[in-house]
Amino acid sequence: MAGSGTAHLRPDQERALVVDDLVVQFPVTGGTVHAVSGLSLDLLPGETLGILGESGCGKSSAGRAVMQLPPPTSGEVRLGTVELTGIKARDMRRKRARMQLVLQDPVSALNPRRRVKDLVVEGLEIWGWGDRDRDSFVDELLSSVGLDPETVRDKRPHELSGGQCQRVCIARSIALDPDVLICDEPVSSLDVSVQAQILNLLEQARERLRLAMIFIAHDVAVVKNISDRVLVMYLGKTCEVLPSASLEGALHPYTRLLLASVPEASDELPAATGAPARAVELPSPLDPPSGCRFRTRCPLATDRCASEEPVLREVRPAQYVACHHVDESTEEV
Amino acid sequence: MTTDVNAPHVLEVEDLRTVFHTPRGDVHAVDGVSFSLAAGETLGLVGESGSGKSVLGRTVMGLVASGPRTTVTGRVRIGGRDVHALKPAERRRLWGPEVAMVFQDPMTSLNPVKRVGTHLTETLRRHLGCSRTEATERAVDLLRQVGIPEPARRMGQYPHELSGGMRQRVVIAIALACDPRLLIADEPTTALDVTVQKQILDLLASLVAERTMAMVLVSHDLGAVAGRTDRVQVMYAGRTVESGPTRPVFDVPAHPYTDALLASIPRLDNPPHTLLRTIEGNPPDMARPPAGCRFGPRCAFVTDQCREAQPEAAVVPGGRAVACHHPLSRSILEGAGDGR
Repeated sequence: MAGSGTAHLRPDQERALVVDDLVVQFPVTGGTVHAVSGLSLDLLPGETLGILGESGCGKSSAGRAVMQLPPPTSGEVRLGTVELTGIKARDMRRKRARMQLVLQDPVSALNPRRRVKDLVVEGLEIWGWGDRDRDSFVDELLSSVGLDPETVRDKRPHELSGGQCQRVCIARSIALDPDVLICDEPVSSLDVSVQAQILNLLEQARERLRLAMIFIAHDVAVVKNISDRVLVMYLGKTCEVLPSASLEGALHPYTRLLLASVPEASDELPAATGAPARAVELPSPLDPPSGCRFRTRCPLATDRCASEEPVLREVRPAQYVACHHVDESTEEV
Repeated sequence: MTTDVNAPHVLEVEDLRTVFHTPRGDVHAVDGVSFSLAAGETLGLVGESGSGKSVLGRTVMGLVASGPRTTVTGRVRIGGRDVHALKPAERRRLWGPEVAMVFQDPMTSLNPVKRVGTHLTETLRRHLGCSRTEATERAVDLLRQVGIPEPARRMGQYPHELSGGMRQRVVIAIALACDPRLLIADEPTTALDVTVQKQILDLLASLVAERTMAMVLVSHDLGAVAGRTDRVQVMYAGRTVESGPTRPVFDVPAHPYTDALLASIPRLDNPPHTLLRTIEGNPPDMARPPAGCRFGPRCAFVTDQCREAQPEAAVVPGGRAVACHHPLSRSILEGAGDGR
């Protein structure tokens, strides 16, 4: 990326969430961490956007900034038609109930002293039960995430496995019938067999409730499986936005590096040849490279990349790439 | 890839059992595992958390040994010597020249108040009796071999000044310092990013080839193991459910667990919104393992026989073994074809 730009936004459609030029910075001793630098994205109702990137690329900071936890340094976040930045704390609390966050470590995300039956309806305790019957709603909610209400209802988080805790977290987040669900690495602390269960559960919940979902993860195959669209981040910026069905036709050198790094259990050993990018360390987000932030690792980098920041542009239908050296004729492999 | 039957084995493990005596009862973390490894060979130990793969790695190393709360039975022979029959002081002399280990978390396996160089020279001077200058020279050389740029400058840095990938390279350099014949890598890349993960796995593979070392690669990541091991051993609840040459085992698994585990991995070539095959239920509580086959309660093909009798590992063609009463017959036949 290392570029910014808004070419991939779809202002002519009804959108559940719009993020415009989001900037997140953290002051630290000796400078400022540029966690997210000008991220724009939009989300249609029922759509899943995967945000893909390595640790330190700002994907989690972006997810939290969308939730206003804490609010971003600058930029706009619109949920439906309501602008969230700068609204009153009281209104924000109300709006935040329309967005929910599922975190990476499900055990530490739950209050260890409360029982499952109280944990899953904490939101309703605050916002009111309407005409719902408490006990039957708890049971219904637990069954909907594949937990047996009889066994888990009275348990506390430490009595459950990681996968079960993640199911409780998901039940909690869909209890208020939100519009947007933000999942921050929801399966990366789980075993593969449990990971598959949770991914299927999220997929079914999204379909049933017509949720718009942001799925943040570092695992290329996981993101590809669950998303409609994938946004690739590097050092706080967007490299590429493309439909996940065409992920293997990615053009940005960084996306290609990620794809080449995936070890696959069931295919031939990926050819050791042509790692498409130089395997050097991630530059510091305290002092990101000028121009294109990926240039220090990019095999295509030229002087232009150091001086001029690439902007996202549509290279193929629905595929947006921020790179000076990529066009529709670029070879895929 | 094929094992020369006459080659002396660097590592021989026979009916190894590790039992932890806990307040909740005895936990049979490793329950009767046998395998052997020749020089230049790489074995992948795969399984989910709680399958006993890490305890197995540590028991082989001798880091887990019999004591007040632990009982180890069976035999581990490294270079012909029984690790668990040795006195602690003798065992320590084995660590370094014979066997070395790379751990998962490179931050906690380095001493935060010692410089990178000290970690290395300490090992070299103690085990090989190098002089100060000789140790420094060799340390710089080792850092260069594991692909650390500017090794001389890195010697004076502290672990926190290095990135995760660099730290793991340092840990590997320490493990290699005494030129071990066997390297045990316990989840060496789990804490690292994908692009770095690939670099570290490639580095380990090339070091094994260069030095004709034997390596045990312990990992939950089947993809990482698939491309970089000669043989694989799939663990479930302390036992080996299936073992054999990596490619055939992953291509046509014979045990229902291996099959289900492979099917539950999201694949890059799946179309979006593919529902994955899952394994229902959770791994068993190891203090109270189920009777009969331990995978029985989660298995799609379970019968009464499975609930009563623990299946023994049966050898199937192609150098493979599978512990199941009802192995997936189709794959066995195809496996036999592969074996020829």
